Amino acid sequence: MADTEDKSPDPPGGNGWRREYWKKNLQLMVILLAIWFAVSFGCGILFVEQLNQITVIGFPLGFWFAQQGSIYVFLLLILAYCLYMDRLDKRFGVYEYDDEPAGGAAEKGGES
Amino acid sequence: MSEIQIWTTIFIVLSFGAYMTIAWRSRVRETEGFYVAGHGVPTIANGAAIGADWMSAASFISMAGLIAFLGYDGSIYLMGWTGGYVLLALLLAPYLRKWGKYTVPEFVGDRYSELVRTISAVAAVIVSFTYVVGQMNGGGIVFSRFLNVDITYGVIIAAVVIFVYAVLGGMKSITWTQVAQYTVLIIAYLIPAVAVAQVMTGIPIPQVSFGQILDGLNSLSVELGLEVFTDPFTSRPMIDIFLVTMALMIGTAGLPHVIIRFYTTKTVRGSRWSAFWALFFIALLYTTAPAVGAFTKFNLLQGVNGTPTDQLPSWVENWAATGLVSVNQNADVINSVSNDPAAGADLTVNNDILVLASPEIAGLPAPIVGLVAAGGLAAAMSTAAGLLLVISSSVSHDIYFRYVRTHAGDHERLLVGRIAMAAAIVVAVIAGINPPAFVAQVVAFAFGMAASSFFPAIVLGIFWKRCNAIGAATGMIVGLGFTIAYMLYTLEVFGLAAHDPILGVSPEGIGAVGALVNAVVTVVVSLMTPPPARHITEMVESIRYPSPRRTQAAGAGE
Repeated sequence: MADTEDKSPDPPGGNGWRREYWKKNLQLMVILLAIWFAVSFGCGILFVEQLNQITVIGFPLGFWFAQQGSIYVFLLLILAYCLYMDRLDKRFGVYEYDDEPAGGAAEKGGES
Repeated sequence: MSEIQIWTTIFIVLSFGAYMTIAWRSRVRETEGFYVAGHGVPTIANGAAIGADWMSAASFISMAGLIAFLGYDGSIYLMGWTGGYVLLALLLAPYLRKWGKYTVPEFVGDRYSELVRTISAVAAVIVSFTYVVGQMNGGGIVFSRFLNVDITYGVIIAAVVIFVYAVLGGMKSITWTQVAQYTVLIIAYLIPAVAVAQVMTGIPIPQVSFGQILDGLNSLSVELGLEVFTDPFTSRPMIDIFLVTMALMIGTAGLPHVIIRFYTTKTVRGSRWSAFWALFFIALLYTTAPAVGAFTKFNLLQGVNGTPTDQLPSWVENWAATGLVSVNQNADVINSVSNDPAAGADLTVNNDILVLASPEIAGLPAPIVGLVAAGGLAAAMSTAAGLLLVISSSVSHDIYFRYVRTHAGDHERLLVGRIAMAAAIVVAVIAGINPPAFVAQVVAFAFGMAASSFFPAIVLGIFWKRCNAIGAATGMIVGLGFTIAYMLYTLEVFGLAAHDPILGVSPEGIGAVGALVNAVVTVVVSLMTPPPARHITEMVESIRYPSPRRTQAAGAGE
């Protein structure tokens, strides 16, 4: 079982950090998903006709968002998520060091 | 043999040889290697493998062609098939990896109940099967055009190659073969695109330069009886564009063969970064596709506009042999072009050939044409292999060993996994030779089904501890049933008459509504029935944190 590690006794201070960590995670998620929706469904679909009045290097802007811009934004959103979560994991002491043999072995211990 | 056939044969033989070598070197002996590559795939390689797994014959062969004829409305595929990765990265990947087992049905089985596990195993088989048929057919098209092999034999050749490496090495060789296949397919896609962009606009970055031809393309399209390229909502109303895009996004995040890839990384952190690299590799092709669509359509229309039918460019005759391009018998001069055979235009071009024919249409040299053929095959085969693995694992791991042989050893599990995979390939070949509809359309239905079954159950299972088994089971059955019923209602299949869509919602878009129905039913039924057991809420709690907390955390104490 992969979950054996969670049976280890909790560090002093109880599980307050868990609520904090999860809250931060959810906040970030909501912000990123709001941008995700605004760019793809907002600029790319709902307001495409208004944005198409503007032309940038040959592209009607709404058309550009639908066929190019939204994809770039999606990529940036995931990048932001990865970087922020790495920082959050480090701050809360749940970061995984996959390059270090010791950390990797501990993580994989229950599975192999 | 023509020059194009020689080059195609060279590229196909070389690439197939490479796949076989890689597969042999990474063959497996344990069940864990067969299903999840032993949880040991490096992040960037996993990203490339997901990219190849993801980008199917539909992405490579059909998508740019669809965009060429749909114009703005083709954006449903571009946004729909990339936006889902945001949902995957934020809502699913890290949590499923933390929980870390073999299959998607296994997660819902642990989270809810054995009944839910069986429902999702059946759903996984249906979804993956719908999808794999399109891949087999896509592979057949490539063979039939470039090597003048009958589509039937083309499908069989592709299947034999997949058979060898998928059955031999399971997820491990599929993953490493997919890394090679990604390389082949992206090179094959980018080289002609960059070449065409350079020739037509002088800027070798297709993503930027296709803006320059949009004006010309709009006026040419109107001249030949087509819609203005950049105008929205010409083929579908806004509500349908919205729902189809949503259904494809949610479906992407609910497809078992994509989700399963996040199980193969070493860590939870690795699964997040895999999602990033996957979308990075996918975006390379997906931002190029609209440019390929626009350039090819521009070239195509310019090449045939007002041309007498006996002086058409040579690609028309080459492709007419496959039956995918046809010239109206009564036309003397080409004055109208369409992708719909029923429209009665002077020249009818099937969407599926545009990418494969783009180097020829643009007059690029033979080696590039051959390379594109190898790329199309790589795309079809890599996706088919990933799907076959899901079918095999659902049938053997989630159904057979749960109900028939509950105490089988590792050796037997591996053997049965291989037999299930082989059987799936045989059935896929038969269905691939007689596909029900256009390649991309078939795939679109798989998304609706994935969206309305898996996604709500998994997301609610992670983010809502109160969600219980009865709720999830009812939600999945109602959501999937609703979606399939609407598809049967609007489509002419199994001898049923097709009805007009309700409120302009096409069968491709209904999955978004189905997902909502599923979620609402799950929530309502869960609240009406007792909460899940304590060990289940503890499991949900545990998958939310990547690793046990270190007492000496870096920068802790806030």
